[in-house]
Amino acid sequence: MAPKVPPQPTLEQSSTAAEAGHGHAHEAPPKGLMRWLLTTNHKEIGSLYLIFSLVMFFIGGIFALVVRLELFQPGMQFVNPEFFNQMTTMHGLIMVFAAVMPAFTGLANWMIPLQIGAPDMALPRLNNFSFWLLPVAFGLLLSTLFMPGGGPNFGWTFYAPLSTTYAPPSTTFFILALHIAGISSILGAINIVATILNMRAPGMRMMDMPLFVWTWLITGFLLIAVMPVLAGVITMMLMDINFGTSFFNAAGGGDPVLFQHLFWFFGHPEVYIMILPAFGIVSAIIPAFARKRLFGYASMVYATAAIALLSFMVWGHHMFVVGMPLVGQLFFMYATMLIAVPTGVKVFNWIATLFQGSISFEPPMLFALAFVVLFTIGGFSGLMLAIAPADFQYHDTYFVVAHFHYVLVPGAIFAIMAGVYFWLPKWTGHYPHERLSQWHFWLSVIGVNLTFFPMHFSGLAGMPRRIPDYALQFADFNMVSSIGAFLFGFSQLLFVAVVIMCVRGGKKAPAAAWGDYADDLEWSVPSPAPLHTFETPPNYQRPAH
Amino acid sequence: MRTLLVWLAGGLSLVGSSQAALASGWNMPVGVTDLSREIYNLHMVIFWICVVIGVAVFGVMFYSLIRHRHSKGAKAANFHENTTVEVIWTAVPLLILVGMAIPATATLQKIYDPSDAELDVMVTGQQWRWRYEYLGEDVAFNSNMSTPRAQIRGDEERGENYLLEVDEPLVLPINRKVRFLFTSDDVIHAWWVPDFAVKQDTIPGFISENWVRINEPGIYRGQCAELCGVDHAYMPIVVHAMEEDDFETWLVERQEMAAEEALGVDREWEMDELMERGEGVYGSICASCHQVEGQGSPPAFPALAGNEQMLADIDWHKDTIINGVSGTAMPSFRTTLNPVELAAVITYTRNAWGNDTGDAVQPAEIAERLER
Repeated sequence: MAPKVPPQPTLEQSSTAAEAGHGHAHEAPPKGLMRWLLTTNHKEIGSLYLIFSLVMFFIGGIFALVVRLELFQPGMQFVNPEFFNQMTTMHGLIMVFAAVMPAFTGLANWMIPLQIGAPDMALPRLNNFSFWLLPVAFGLLLSTLFMPGGGPNFGWTFYAPLSTTYAPPSTTFFILALHIAGISSILGAINIVATILNMRAPGMRMMDMPLFVWTWLITGFLLIAVMPVLAGVITMMLMDINFGTSFFNAAGGGDPVLFQHLFWFFGHPEVYIMILPAFGIVSAIIPAFARKRLFGYASMVYATAAIALLSFMVWGHHMFVVGMPLVGQLFFMYATMLIAVPTGVKVFNWIATLFQGSISFEPPMLFALAFVVLFTIGGFSGLMLAIAPADFQYHDTYFVVAHFHYVLVPGAIFAIMAGVYFWLPKWTGHYPHERLSQWHFWLSVIGVNLTFFPMHFSGLAGMPRRIPDYALQFADFNMVSSIGAFLFGFSQLLFVAVVIMCVRGGKKAPAAAWGDYADDLEWSVPSPAPLHTFETPPNYQRPAH
Repeated sequence: MRTLLVWLAGGLSLVGSSQAALASGWNMPVGVTDLSREIYNLHMVIFWICVVIGVAVFGVMFYSLIRHRHSKGAKAANFHENTTVEVIWTAVPLLILVGMAIPATATLQKIYDPSDAELDVMVTGQQWRWRYEYLGEDVAFNSNMSTPRAQIRGDEERGENYLLEVDEPLVLPINRKVRFLFTSDDVIHAWWVPDFAVKQDTIPGFISENWVRINEPGIYRGQCAELCGVDHAYMPIVVHAMEEDDFETWLVERQEMAAEEALGVDREWEMDELMERGEGVYGSICASCHQVEGQGSPPAFPALAGNEQMLADIDWHKDTIINGVSGTAMPSFRTTLNPVELAAVITYTRNAWGNDTGDAVQPAEIAERLER
């Protein structure tokens, strides 16, 4: 347990805080590009993360649209199968590592210090470094598309030996890019954990922390635990490709299945890394617009921790058709089914919060409500996938594609957008444009369901994933999915428009922009939040209601 | 409690199967084995459990969204905890899961029992075809997709079984337990026939097993389910399930063909014969990469028409086809092709598309080379 009362500021810190009233003693920040390259301010770095992830969201989205364009009809029309494989692979890698993960880190950078009453992150220079590693990593990754032999074409799960012996020459660059992105994630996670554990306002106990902080604390530990495993597995690939080892090469005594065990030992917690902070965001938004305290705060915390622990024990469910022994199969099936219990608790808590509330439907709430419904649908298909014998039919079909897109797009990404709409008034001092936000929401909801719902059917009917061309009975489903994908993709331009308009102007927001039930510490500082906040630690008061 | 759950499951699956009949092509196939039917039932039970929970959960949610609106003057209640409710909604899902795990475990145990098989078939995945070997029966062949590339490009109208048709289907008897042994020559593939509910990765260096007992004769189609490279979409599986008598007749026919082929190794072959045979082998094995006209698609797949190294060095040519080129996509054909086929395809590639070397490679020579 952390100490109930964090250490009091030292004499030196207190005197600096006292001077804060008459401006900063330190020099003015550099101007132009250098300011952003050198910034150590958590708000500026948070913005950098968010802008970066938005750009990558569009790049990954364009790749997805290339895929959907080719799949609009059977036959090969627009690209060749080789390029198609590069597009599916790059879409997955960019969306996971460059869009969703940095977006959550960006939100953490902006909001965690504000929510716990800290002046900045614990390690501001490290914070700058971990952001600037990202453009390097993904610049390198994207450059592989222009290399001879093309970019990675073995799927975002890069199973050996397709990704080693049979891979294009650019794979070494792919490995390097992933290493750099992994270092960035680990450093970011260490920073967030250190901030949460050490820099809470006096009087704020662990069990007083907003759930976004709690979920990120747990996510931080997940990242620290599994990113090194990813680093290990890609290093083994690097050795196999360039230095003649045979970790994954059966001809040299290696084991291609070992790759999958290692990858999914990283990969399954990774899935929760992309969803736990989303739970935190939604748990802040629903009470705010139901005007009612969150139901079951403590059980939310315990459920998050339980999900995180279980996430280390279920990796085998990605490998049900590999040929594991029966006991292994049973263990992973039971453990996976068990995850439904804490996840169910969360959903029930959100709904109990809504029940007998006083509900209004501002843009953040619309996205949060869609999250609850559509994430739950993704959870249901996840429960179906957990049943190992049934998984023999679902595995590697579009049913799986439907499942994980439901938890990632209207799951993680809708939660990120909900968070952006929720905190934009704090960041910019203006409310997002209401009508345009509603258009963005409804077009996104329709687009997302039109894209991914038919995939359940095409998968059950027998369409394998990652194929550029398909048998005729899947044609109708694919046509609908492609139309939905273009609708969803282009509606995101509205999101950009809303954000830009909100930065430039709009209805002025007060400090407590969303009323009495959005009452975490960030709502006690002015809107827009000044560059430096909480230079004097606030005296934390537990909410009265 | 358990009886109740079984009843519930049974009732739900009845509703499920009538529903499925209406929506064929939208749902998992029931299939033609006892296990595929069991798996289908598990799928429908878990599906209906999800539907029931979904209706309850979303029902409460939408009730709240409609009735407890701020704009209608709803006043928020003040509760935020209730231990009883929280225990109930932790315990009830747990019980449902236990009820679901019991039949799933039973099915899984049956799947994991390949004992007492009456026929063993070795299935080998290769980029991008399947090889079937009837163990102990001296019958083995490759199965390639037979959909013409012109249909893929859209130059020809697409047939009914577009991408799901092969030159040589796997032939199996009904009502017999057939054990499959799966492996791969290169990357990981997955052999999947939805009507059998059998999906198994084929892994280089490993042999895994699975089995099937088919109840109805018919033609069943499936596809490779694990990304295996550029032609992953183009390695379908077709199984022709026959009455046992028909299967025996077919097997004897294939054994005779194999014996005849073995005799062919020792005799002298004419150029025309080799060319004719070679064209067939080239079309089914080589053309997917090196193209029908031997033009290849460089840099990954070099052209064979006018390939200087190949034409200048016949020894290198033979070695490349028999042993492959390590670190590239060119596999070894040592076990995939027999000496007659190897000799024929080498002869064909040395004389087709204006290569005109006049070399006729004899099967006996290749057989001797394979011995070394």
